[in-house]
Formats: sequence, C-alpha cells, structure tokens
Amino acid sequence: MNVLVALGAAVGVFAAGMAGGALGLGWLFGVVIPGLALLVFLGGLAVKVWDWVSTPVPFRIPTTCGQQTSLDWIKPNKLENPHTGIQALGRMALEVLCFRSLLRNTKAEMVQGRRLAYRTSLGLWLGAMLMHWSLLVILIRHLRLMTNPVPAFVSFLEAADGFLEIGLPAVFVTTVTFLAGVTYLLARRFTNPQVRYISLAGDYFPLFLLLGIGLSGVWMRHFGKVDIAAIKELMLSLFHFSPAVPEGISPVFYGHLFLASVLLAYIPFSKIAHMAGIFLSPTRNLANNNRAVRHVNPWDYPVKVHTYEEYEEELRDKMVAAGLPVEKPLEKE
Amino acid sequence: MSKFDEASHYRQEDLLKIDWRPPKTPWMKTPVDFRPGTYIYPGKAKNLKVLDLPNPRDWSVEDQDWKLPEDWKKRVLDGMADRLSKYRSFKVFMDTCVRCGACADKCHFFLGSGDPKNMPVLRAELLRAVYRKDFTALGKIFGELAGARELTTDVIKEWFYYFYQCTECRRCSVFCPYGIDTAEITMMGRELLGLLGIYVNWVIEPVANCYRFGNHLAIQPHGFVDTLEFMADDIEDVTGIRVDIPINRKGAEILFVTPSGDLVADPGIYTCMGYLLLFHELGLDYTWSTYASDGGNFGLFTSAEAMKRLNAKIYAEAKRLKVKWILGGECGHMWRVIHQYMDTLNGPADFLEVPRSPITGTVFKHARSTKMIHLMEFVADLIRHNKLKLDKSRNDHLRVTFHDSCNPSRAMGIFEEPRYVIRSVCNHFYEMPDNTIREQTFCCGGGAGLGTDENMEMRLRGGLPRGSALRHVQEKYGVNMMAAMCAIDRATLVTVADYWAPGVKITGITELVANAMVFTGEKRRTRNLRGEPIPGMELEESETTTVEQGAAIHG
Repeated sequence: MNVLVALGAAVGVFAAGMAGGALGLGWLFGVVIPGLALLVFLGGLAVKVWDWVSTPVPFRIPTTCGQQTSLDWIKPNKLENPHTGIQALGRMALEVLCFRSLLRNTKAEMVQGRRLAYRTSLGLWLGAMLMHWSLLVILIRHLRLMTNPVPAFVSFLEAADGFLEIGLPAVFVTTVTFLAGVTYLLARRFTNPQVRYISLAGDYFPLFLLLGIGLSGVWMRHFGKVDIAAIKELMLSLFHFSPAVPEGISPVFYGHLFLASVLLAYIPFSKIAHMAGIFLSPTRNLANNNRAVRHVNPWDYPVKVHTYEEYEEELRDKMVAAGLPVEKPLEKE
Repeated sequence: MSKFDEASHYRQEDLLKIDWRPPKTPWMKTPVDFRPGTYIYPGKAKNLKVLDLPNPRDWSVEDQDWKLPEDWKKRVLDGMADRLSKYRSFKVFMDTCVRCGACADKCHFFLGSGDPKNMPVLRAELLRAVYRKDFTALGKIFGELAGARELTTDVIKEWFYYFYQCTECRRCSVFCPYGIDTAEITMMGRELLGLLGIYVNWVIEPVANCYRFGNHLAIQPHGFVDTLEFMADDIEDVTGIRVDIPINRKGAEILFVTPSGDLVADPGIYTCMGYLLLFHELGLDYTWSTYASDGGNFGLFTSAEAMKRLNAKIYAEAKRLKVKWILGGECGHMWRVIHQYMDTLNGPADFLEVPRSPITGTVFKHARSTKMIHLMEFVADLIRHNKLKLDKSRNDHLRVTFHDSCNPSRAMGIFEEPRYVIRSVCNHFYEMPDNTIREQTFCCGGGAGLGTDENMEMRLRGGLPRGSALRHVQEKYGVNMMAAMCAIDRATLVTVADYWAPGVKITGITELVANAMVFTGEKRRTRNLRGEPIPGMELEESETTTVEQGAAIHG
C-alpha cells in the first residue's frame, strides 16, 4: 500500500511534468515551479535548521565509541571518543563523509538454534555511499548546464567521471553507481522483512523520485538525444534572472525537472532533512570532556531536594545511637 | 511448579524459538500483549507522594482503566511540546530518522524477543507517530499515510510497555548513522508517562527511598554502619586485618560514593569488602556518607528533574564534610550521571579541588571540573606506579572475562582502565567476541530499572545476547568468572549467567584486586573474600599438621 502510493505519486509527478512540456507550459514547469521549489527548499531548510539550532542542548551526551581521555599513559581514541572540539569535528567529518556508523553494521544470526553471531554487513553502507557520492558528483556535473564558460573543475570532474569511454556520449561512472545505489536501497526496503515493516510511503517516495530523475536523465543523454543546447539556454537564462523558454525542449526534460523540483521542495518537510540534521546530533557533534569542562543547561531551574538538615532531623536519634557524628546534638529529655 | 517470576519457569528451547520476522498486521494495529513476566508493576501511590509527583494512586496494569487524569491528553501533548523546545536531541531525533533499519538487530530485547516494537526504530516511532500527527505539516495533512497516529489511551499503554522494555543502553546509537539515541527517546517517553502518574514501582520506590534516606534500598544510618561492620568482621575472618570504616567524617580528603547495591547483594558485597580493604591498606584519608549513600540514581530512569533531586546530595555532602574531591565506586548508570550530568545539574563544584592521588601524586586533569574520578582510574594509576603489592596467582583458579557495562562504555569510554587492572591481578583473562564488548557491548537485560523478577521473561530474553557470548568463551576458554563494574550487572547477570551459561560466576573488579593484594600484617590467605578456599593456596604439610593438632586440641 505504502509502496503503491509512493510509486503512484512519483509517476504522477513525472507524467505531470511531461504533460506540461507537451502542452507548451514551459514557463510554468521550466521557470515558475523550479524557482518556487528552490525558494521552498532554501527557505524551508533555513527555518528547519533554525528551529533545531535555537533549541538548547541541555546536556552533553556524546555516544562514546572508543577509549576516553583519562590517564596519560592510556592512549585515547580521539576520533571515536573526541575530547576536544577539533576532535569532535574529525568525528563529524568521518560520519558525514564516510558514513562511519554504517560501516560498523552487523547482521545477527542464530547459529545452530542456540548461539547468536554477528556478521559484518556492509550492503547498506555501500548502497548509501554509492547513492550519496554519485548524486553529489552528478549535481556538480550539472553545473555545465548552468554556467558559461564552464568552470575547469566541472570539465575535469566530467572527464574523470567518463574515463571508461564506453558509448557515445560516454557513459558516466556515477550514472551507473547512482542507479545501482538507489536500486539497492529500494530493493532492500522490499526484501528485508524488518525494513519493509517499518517503511512508510515517505520512505519509498524520495527513492522513486531519485530513480525517476536518474532514468529520465539517462534517457535524455543516451536515448532521446534531446536538444541540449536549448536546455542550457533555458538554464542559463534562469540563473541570469531573465528567464526565456526556448522552443523544442523534449517533454521528458520537463518531467525530469519537475521530479527534481518536487524532491527539492519536499526536503525540508521530510526525513531528507537528515542532510542538515546530521550536523546537529548531540550524540555525535560534542566532545566527551564532560568532567573537564562544565556544560551549562540554559533552562536549568532549582528543584526541591531533601537537605542534609531534614535528613538528620528525621534520623538523628538513630545516628547518635549508631555512634555517627551529627550537626545538632540530641535534645535532652 | 515455578512461577513466571522465576527463571526456572522458562525453558531455554522455548525462549530460543525466536522469529525476527515481523507479523502480518501493521505495527499500529498490533495490540500490546500484557503477559506476566514481560511488564513491571506500577508505581505505588505512597512513593509518588514522597516525591510530590502527579496523580498518585494505586492501580494495576491489567485494569482497563488506568485512572488517568481528566486532561491526560493535553498534559501529554503539552509535555511533548515543552520537551521539543528544551531538548535539541529530542527534536532532531524526531525529524531525522530515515528508517534504514541499521538499529533493528542491535537491540538485545529485539534479538531476544523478535517483537518488532523492540527494534529501536519502532520504539522511537511510537513517539514519532504522535509527533507527526500533532507537530508536523505532512502528518497533519496526510495523517496515517505520513505515519501519523492519534494519541489514545491504548497508545499510552503501548508506551508504558515498550519504554519499560528499553534499558537505555545506547547500543543502537552506536550504529545509527545520525546517532539517534533511543535512551533519549525512552527518557522522553518515560517523562511524558510520568506527567500522568505512570511509573513502575521498581524505579519509583528506589527514587523515593533515595530521596528520603540517601540510598535506593532505604538503608538507614544505623543499618549502614552495621552493614559495613559485618563486612569488616568477614574481612578480618579471611585476612586477619581489622579495617576501619570512616563514616560521615568531616575533614577527610576524599568522599567515597558507590551504589547501594554493593552493600547488600551477593556478589556486590565482596566488591564492597574489596573497597574497604584497598582503602585501609593505602591508609586513605576518606569517608563514607550515609546521607549520600548511593551513587546510583534511578532518577535517571524517571526524569531529568528526579535525577537532579537525587544527585544534589553528592556535592552537598562533599561541601558539608569539607572533602577535597570525590571517588566513585564500580557502577554503571551512576557513572553516566556523574560523567555526563552531575556537573551540569548541580555544579559547579568550585569548592572542591582537582582530584590528586595522595599515593602517587597523579593529578586527574580530565576530571578537573567535576572533581570526581572512577575507582578504576584511581586503581589503574596505583598499579601503574607499583603501589599495590599483588600476588596474581591467588586468582589462578579463575578464568576471567570482562563485561563492559553499557553506561561506562557508551557514555564515557572507560575501556582500558578496567582491563589493565584485571590483567594486573589475574593471569587468565579472555575477551568475549568483538561485537559484544567495548562500545558494542550488550546490556545485562536488567538496566534502567527493569531488573525485577516480575519482568523475568524479558530479562532472560534481553540477557540472551550477553549470555550467548558468555557461553561462547565458557566453552572455548573455560571461562568461569565474569567481571563487571556495575552494581546492576552484579545483581542481574547472576540470573543471566545461571540461565544461559551456567557455571560462570559474577564478580566486581575490586573483589579480584583485593583477593590478589598482599596486605600489611595479613595472615596466611587460604580463603578469598567469599570465604571459599583458594585452590593451590591450601596449607602446606607442616602447617596442616599444626592445624590438625590444633583441631585435635580443640576437638
């Protein structure tokens, strides 16, 4: 059910974009909607991040995954258990760039019906790395369509990405790895019974969007042979804030662009906000120097405590009888 | 016929029939099965009253009506809004989960029960679904399709069941790509339930006791003195040494705080005897306190406020007794509170000095603000400086493994100190498999206030991953002793080991240290702190003769 709703929504988005292109609504689908989507993305994400950042961190609660900094002769694990801000930054870099935590992933198994064993399980890590890194390279490659002249690093990246020189135009490595990554993540949601059980429509939807964007892109480059010059003309006009919609752009492009627009606008309101949230996770971005540097809770308030005086008042006779020192002597009868 | 609150009631082959595949019905439509052995009895009214907590009443989990306050829904939603504005952790964790499922088979309760709501991701979804419904745009518009859920009394019951089926061990948070910490989720869930007066008695009674008497077990000052004196008698019996026991002594250099579990429960008491012997031998200028007679803090399992109310005693007592710094015993969750919360809650401790070992002169700079160090940091430093006279061979009959306790591992990272100490006092030390130790260690199944007998089925299930790893080293290396520096471990792992790896005993580290220590003026050591004969340390022939003659005379 969740899958069908998500698939239907993604197909609907693509079809709407195609239809818009075919019906000559180039202005709407090529200018207005992408512009609005970008605004919603930037504005929405800014609001979201501000919402997180303005929420206090009352306690310093890093999850420590290595030896602490304590005695001089014991070697601390600075990246898995950072003691300083710089070290915490290193930990964050590992997490954001290498998905460090997923690299730990294991799969539990019951051996001979009585013993638990844990196998290293790197499928999720690999699928996620492929998808995210390929997507980044693909986005950078797309700068070719939005800049004139094309910056050197874009051309360089493009050349590197196409080094296999298979096909004409050359197939980019990241095209393949991106589609492989997305397909793996989707397939995992279908086949892993626990993951399928917890998956919401909102978990399938962005994957279908990404798959649609990727497939329509592949079609445009390798099969449809769309008028790339016209597309670049449109994109350049957008980035010069003087939009002009040339004739002859394939409807598939509008389907592609509408999928991307919807994804962009969807980000701040959905789980994809994790792209910003990961930087703000208090179990990862704080140094474990709790006993060395005091952390202040901005909303700390006084609480009712049972004072020593109240304690002694209640138990003084027993304390005296047990030979314990007291602050106030027992009253003589 | 054994009852549901006894381990013998459960057959291993039944508990091992675990199906990790989820049921056909979606989780929102799968009702909770409150079967005896899997839930904990509610908090009694008298305990809530001691603490001025809302809605004190006596009720039962099986009751249809949990006697919630009239405005229960508003209280929960307002409470949720309040916490969302106070805890970035809560807000970010509500928003960023992508349901990748990396956490699913990391939870000992899921591994041992197969109940999908024990997957950390679903435990969090219990709150997240309500969050979506009332706090997010997509949830408000799309409802159930967006994973949103109406808050009902059945949801409250489900929260109660599953937030008291989480030991806040944080293992899932090690594996989560965003560091989402289910302990944080469970703490929020329990606080929200608390707004309605819903607690479990196994947590709230210790909190009430600790508030009034200074420790979870309601040991009063004279009982405290007696308990330690009895231990001193046993120590003298075994070692020939009479240790002195300074209590509530003003002007001592060091305040010693340990969990009250060490005072009463076997085998924790032997660890406590170890403390007494160690400090006596060092001639440490220290004191116990009856007012701050528990470092353990079940407030952590109740609410941030309750935690602060109980924890306040430690600094207050350090100030009253005019000590210079504080030393903490072997405890798990106590050290989460001391390390990650105490300074923030009740600091700054500017009236204390940076801890400095009077024996070695080492200054513990890493504790320069909180002014409290862990006993294993202290002892590791002593051994490193050759300040303890040790005869490791006294522990030669033991083949020891070490259970990393959840909180010192994942909220502190104290891995090498205890290992260094154990290796220094034992010749035979074996690690359990890599995925079950250090930051990946498995909970005993009874932490966070779940270690009560009426919860026996869940304790055994939750204890399976630890028990299974223990069984592995038992079969492979002949391990017969598992050390743990946590009082809850020393109480609950006994049950887990007896059930899943029978024959393995549990010990604290200081017990091992004291058994290996050669004390000034000790008599010939033939028995350990448990009073058991030490193999290989039996009396030699000439001595045996003397003893036999002696026995004959007495006989």
